[in-house]
Amino acid sequence: MSRLMPQPVISVALLVTWLLLNNGVSAALLVSGVVLAVGVPLFTQHFWPEYVRTVRLVPLVRLVGIVIHDIVIANLRMVVLILGPVSRLRPQFIVIPVSLNEPFAITLLASIISLTPGTVSANLSGDRRSLLVHDLNVEDPDTAVQRIKERYERPLMEIFE
Amino acid sequence: MVEIIVSFFLLAGAGFALIGSIGLARMPDFFTRLHGPTKATTLGVGGMLIASATHFSTGPGTSLHEVLVTMFLFMTAPVSAHLVSKAAMHLDGSFTEERRGGGDSTREDAD
Repeated sequence: MSRLMPQPVISVALLVTWLLLNNGVSAALLVSGVVLAVGVPLFTQHFWPEYVRTVRLVPLVRLVGIVIHDIVIANLRMVVLILGPVSRLRPQFIVIPVSLNEPFAITLLASIISLTPGTVSANLSGDRRSLLVHDLNVEDPDTAVQRIKERYERPLMEIFE
Repeated sequence: MVEIIVSFFLLAGAGFALIGSIGLARMPDFFTRLHGPTKATTLGVGGMLIASATHFSTGPGTSLHEVLVTMFLFMTAPVSAHLVSKAAMHLDGSFTEERRGGGDSTREDAD
């Protein structure tokens, strides 16, 4: 099984993507989808340096909920910031110490930070231990760092480690 | 009824995209400008995609392409923002290794 499907998660993702692309489920689509889902990971096996094996689903679903909620709420707050006087903004770089070890989890953390309004991740240090984030409106750098660590990094640790 | 929902999401999405662009024009320096485009893609395009999915799913058949568009946007938008900001830091000589997050220093802005 593991030789035929070295990356089960990616295989499932490929199959779902294939069905979504074709906008439907039929026998022909399923067969061609399974061929792709098995074939593509086999051929690209050597391009995957490391692979996350265990993923806990419950914290994953909770994190997705948190992120969607934050995108909506914080976007509304961003509207006020953008349309308000520019002089009221306090943009600042903050440095977030990263406790995650899995490279994929760090990528997810950086992406979540960029997707939630008000923050853009700018640089990951060479040792993967700190993430430079640009925040559009910082009241207190320490609370901003704590908030990101609590809200996004802790769930990511629960999911992957 | 469907028309009302579709128009609501279309207008909301377009509104957020517009505000994102206004932000791009109004913000004072490079890094604050970067916030506009990354955000417009999340809620602005999100609203339009919900409208599109609703519109094409209420007739005969369903439309699920929008789910894929959302997924790919969410995967690519942060990566491009990250690359653009990295490039900006390389061009700006004032960013030493320490300021890029090696040390504990933070700074006011980047112009």
